[in-house]
Amino acid sequence: MKILVCISHVPDTTTKIKFIDGKSLDTAGVQWIINPWDELALTRALELKESSNGLIDHVSVITVGGPDTEPTIRKALAIGADSAIRVNAAAGDTFFVAYQVAEAIKNSGFDIILAGIDSCDFNGSSFGSMLGEFLSITSVSSVSGVNFNGNDISVDREIDGGKEILSCPVPFVAIVQKGITKEPRIPSMRGIMTARTKPLAVVEPVACEALTEFLSFELPKHKASCRMVDPENVKELVELLRNEAKVI
Amino acid sequence: MSILIYAESREGMFKKSVFELASYAAAVAKMMNSQAIALVTGNPGQEEMKKLGNYGISKILSFYDESVKVFDSAICCQVIEAVVKKENCPLVIFQHNNTGKALAPRLSARLKAGLVTAVISLPESTKPFIVTKKVYTAKAFARVAIKTQVKILTLSQNSYMLTESKTDPAIEQFSIQLDKSQLKISVKEVQLLTGKILLTDAEIVVSGGRGMRGPENWQPIIDLAEALGAATACSRPVSDEGWRPHTEHVGQTGKIIAPNLYIACGISGAIQHMGGVGSAKVVVAINKDKDAPIFEIADYGIVGDVFKVLPELISAVKEHKAK
Repeated sequence: MKILVCISHVPDTTTKIKFIDGKSLDTAGVQWIINPWDELALTRALELKESSNGLIDHVSVITVGGPDTEPTIRKALAIGADSAIRVNAAAGDTFFVAYQVAEAIKNSGFDIILAGIDSCDFNGSSFGSMLGEFLSITSVSSVSGVNFNGNDISVDREIDGGKEILSCPVPFVAIVQKGITKEPRIPSMRGIMTARTKPLAVVEPVACEALTEFLSFELPKHKASCRMVDPENVKELVELLRNEAKVI
Repeated sequence: MSILIYAESREGMFKKSVFELASYAAAVAKMMNSQAIALVTGNPGQEEMKKLGNYGISKILSFYDESVKVFDSAICCQVIEAVVKKENCPLVIFQHNNTGKALAPRLSARLKAGLVTAVISLPESTKPFIVTKKVYTAKAFARVAIKTQVKILTLSQNSYMLTESKTDPAIEQFSIQLDKSQLKISVKEVQLLTGKILLTDAEIVVSGGRGMRGPENWQPIIDLAEALGAATACSRPVSDEGWRPHTEHVGQTGKIIAPNLYIACGISGAIQHMGGVGSAKVVVAINKDKDAPIFEIADYGIVGDVFKVLPELISAVKEHKAK
């Protein structure tokens, strides 16, 4: 069986967000990383491969982006993916990206496709479900576990106040969140060395138009300064929350 | 032509956030000279469904298939697509929660309808259709235009006020022939945590960080939450260390919440944490470090030792509640 992990190339989560004329992100000094949820997905994919007694023999990653995304892809290879695909196009909206990925892999026979539940740039929370629809396969959202049960695969889906354990025949898309694995893996020195020679296929995009357009960006307004309460007079805080903020 | 909401019910009830969604849809409908209708698939009963009428929903389509015991986004989208076609809907709106995030994108791909998720306010215009959404984990906002005839939104929680406007909605049974060959998953087991207030629903959240120094010191957080009727949460290091379950982690890679009141105890406020709570209406920070970044987003702050402040706060809250 083969696993595909869909990764997104995003600004590091500690980035102080700034915009140029409110039109585009100021990328000066920005570190680019694998989207954190996608990194968790990749880690889980590698764990599954290692524990599957050979049932899973290949983990690939895919991204949609220009040549500038290749260091991010190489990092995924260094962490342990066996091969990578880059669809050579500027990432339009999520519809565009999911369509490109679907077209690039539709005949590749992936059994399990993992995607992060959100991306920390545009927070679309929509890629994995769209991909499932384009491929006409099951998509399961809010997944906090993917496990083998003998040769069967079970998927844990978070629901309000608990979780469901689902039996889920391949192929499927699992849209994963926290809990899927403990910590993201970091590349080993050997991983970094071997990543250079692992296959990275570049495919050209197919015709598809984005359905939405980002017009402008703005930063949230700063809050008025914080009102300090004397630690010796905690009662005052309760008074303020009741009479001024009116939240308790 | 009607604007459609997907009104999710759990155990026969709608949550407050469904009524927020209804209020929002009714307001957008007014802007578009249209009406707002709801699709209900959970079979909550006439009485509960009628409540949607208090928030401006003029018609309710109720779909229920006894044989579909498991939520599957592809199956559910078949029903939504049929309603969109029958009622000629130019706009479908979901909550930005687990269910909405599973359905809205699938529907978008199916209908080739432009989708904007995590919308925070009414459209600034409907022709062209422009809305504002959170981006960079609530560290910024973006204005986004949808270019297709049919449009889909998910509405961020706690971002639109409940607005009463009484209608007497008609309730219609809706049925279609489902293509059940798409249903591949089955539920093996359900594990529920009972008796806890859900973090994503909570109006008040009490959260602890590394400043709590260890899982054995969590009682004051739990006691304060209990006194306030609040949910408990934690910062990332706390869930990474296994002091608290990952389901309580609030922040960029954990849960993004928007309660009315967020009380951060011993949390310094890493930028990723602020992303998760930036939408809270009122933030209280208790930290011994007066320079902790959490005070930059806090409305009220106490510089002090959490282990001294919390017991006093708990008794002050209890006193207030007893009044």
